[in-house]
Amino acid sequence: MLKLITPFMQIVDVPMRALQGLLGPRRLAWVFLLPNLFVFGFFTFLPVILNFFYATTGSDHILLQDRPFVGMTNFGQLMNCQSYLDPNTCQIDVFWRAVHNTLWFIVLQVGFMVVFSMITALILNRKIRARGFFRAVFFFPVLLSPVVVALVWKWILQDQGALNAVLDYLGYPTVNWLLSPTWAFAWSIFLSVWFHMGFYTLILLAGLQAIPRDVYEAAAMDAASPWRVFRKITLPLLMPTMVVVMVLALIKGVQTFDEIYAFTGGGPGSATTLVIQYIYQNGFSAAPRLFGLASAASILVAIVLVALTAVQLWITRRNANG
Amino acid sequence: MIKKRKVVAAALAATFLATTAASAAVQLRFECAQDGNECDTMMAIFKKFEATHPDIQVKMDLVPYKAILENLPVDLAAGTGPDMAKITDLGGLHKYYLDLAPYVDKAALEKDFGKTLDWYRAGPNDKGIYGIQTQLTITGAFINKTLFDQAKVAVPGKDATWDDWAKAARAVAKATGTKYPMAMDRTGHRFAGMAMPYGAKYFDAKGNPEMNDPGFAAAAKQFVAWNNDGTMDRNVWAGQGGASYADATKEFINGELVFYYSGSWQIQKFAKQIGDAFDWEVMPAPCGPAGPGHCSGMPGGSGVVGFKSTKHPKEVAELLAFLAQPANYSELEAKSLNIPANATVATAGVKYEGVTPAASKALNAFSAQVPTISPVGYAFQGYKNNRAMFNITVKRLTQAIVGEMSVDEALKRMDADLKEAVAASK
Repeated sequence: MLKLITPFMQIVDVPMRALQGLLGPRRLAWVFLLPNLFVFGFFTFLPVILNFFYATTGSDHILLQDRPFVGMTNFGQLMNCQSYLDPNTCQIDVFWRAVHNTLWFIVLQVGFMVVFSMITALILNRKIRARGFFRAVFFFPVLLSPVVVALVWKWILQDQGALNAVLDYLGYPTVNWLLSPTWAFAWSIFLSVWFHMGFYTLILLAGLQAIPRDVYEAAAMDAASPWRVFRKITLPLLMPTMVVVMVLALIKGVQTFDEIYAFTGGGPGSATTLVIQYIYQNGFSAAPRLFGLASAASILVAIVLVALTAVQLWITRRNANG
Repeated sequence: MIKKRKVVAAALAATFLATTAASAAVQLRFECAQDGNECDTMMAIFKKFEATHPDIQVKMDLVPYKAILENLPVDLAAGTGPDMAKITDLGGLHKYYLDLAPYVDKAALEKDFGKTLDWYRAGPNDKGIYGIQTQLTITGAFINKTLFDQAKVAVPGKDATWDDWAKAARAVAKATGTKYPMAMDRTGHRFAGMAMPYGAKYFDAKGNPEMNDPGFAAAAKQFVAWNNDGTMDRNVWAGQGGASYADATKEFINGELVFYYSGSWQIQKFAKQIGDAFDWEVMPAPCGPAGPGHCSGMPGGSGVVGFKSTKHPKEVAELLAFLAQPANYSELEAKSLNIPANATVATAGVKYEGVTPAASKALNAFSAQVPTISPVGYAFQGYKNNRAMFNITVKRLTQAIVGEMSVDEALKRMDADLKEAVAASK
């Protein structure tokens, strides 16, 4: 490898030294950073700035020069509610339905996700038969495309789907799962937990394996019950990992879009419309396209995500510092 | 050896010249979403045009229909659109259209395409020629005739109302154990086909759009009630979110549906996929509660337009004029099984190719309904914000069906949404 690198270094050595002589070592660093800064600026910073521009302008025109400045009108419309607890009292009721749905979704999804991931990790951490196989099985859904996952579950749950066929065969009444707002929402949470659980199980499994064995051996010598061992040893020592899992799941929950959109389309009505879908619909599939409203909503979501990310960073640093 | 080199050099030169000549030709990009075989048939006609115009080439980009609805407007706004496209949002994309009038025989096109030219225009004062209506569609009712025969229920006649159809469909479904009595595509366009007979005007006396007149409200209430009492297949409207399109073709083809309100574009699919499984027929437009004289489907369809961002306006206009010529237009309709919007072709009649007796009967049934189309339907179809109105209808009616709000609340919301949409599109 060194043989390959050395001639290359010899080739670039002369022009680099010349450039350093011309610019000085401090400025030369910028030459190396510039390509990356350009890519990052063009594809990350510029869209963020554009988003603010669209959020403060109106009309359905996409070109910036054609969009009249409307100040905070879009934010005002989104926030105009008599009661934030009742979307029907809001000017943009669908946005608030989506906010409510998203809040319920993350509370339930994150709760179930952590509990089931924890149980699965505890089981997979034991010396059971075919442990490697089961670890792979639980991780497998993570590798699938969200659209594939959504379509598979849609086929299972639709009116004439596999689940109803089984219920019918067993003599039970069938249920139109995706036509009932409550069931559709419940299945959306199930799907999301099923889809992402493997990832969080893996993190918790790593956390479990990092707990020193001698602590368990000491507990065994004291004849501590399994429940007491779990409560007094496993849970406290796993807590830092669990908090990271919770915050990660929370951020992912707020961003949820593709699997639920492909699964229910946000319906029935707006029962499973999440806030990212609301943004997508207004910006890309509505007629006329309300880019301003969509951008304003995305900025509000970004504020929530920044707050959650800050919490995650704080926890991670606190854990790292012991 | 030298001779051989000369031959090779000559061949290379010839290839180079041919390539250069080809690249010098005008290439027109045509974006098309395949509806049956319409795009292929159009391309076959365009090939004939290329034969007589060797300096013009047409390159077709075959895209999904969703791309025409969602991506094309963005491309056009960004100035990266094609030269021409087959579109369905006829009024909504007006600001991007190329006016063909300076390049074509305006009088001939006015004579042949009459009312449909208005659908592409900005308003009554606009006299431009912007597009060729290649497919005139009309919403309408399909019935599973075999189920009616099995149930021994008489098929409602010419002036039957929506209510008559609901009663008959329920009776047939009950007698035959069929899962769904009625279904309607999940789109505001199809709902307009029910709302107009109920008296929906869609525009007030000043010509401003509105969505809460008594006729519209009555149709909305009836539609929601039918979705809730099992008359309508609830899966179609309530099973989706937002304003996504959904239909019941699968249910109709599978014989699980008695009465299906869709449109003339389904004929080819039904002819092919139902085959001899059961008899199906197209019924006259259902009437509103006021009975005869209040029966109309909603017109629609697609057309080919040129865009003003094109660098070759003259060539685009020449190509569209060629497509509009009665012989070519007739070939297009005959092969793609569409109802002609060209008056000359319609008067002469179209000899549909490879069509089954059932499809032929259905095409004739729909063609016979064209003269009964309400003027409201023509005005609504040509209104530039009609897609916004279609989407608002779907979104809010679905919310009423699933119980998120009352029908009255949904109607109020529709009005507010419409005001917002109109303000945004100014």
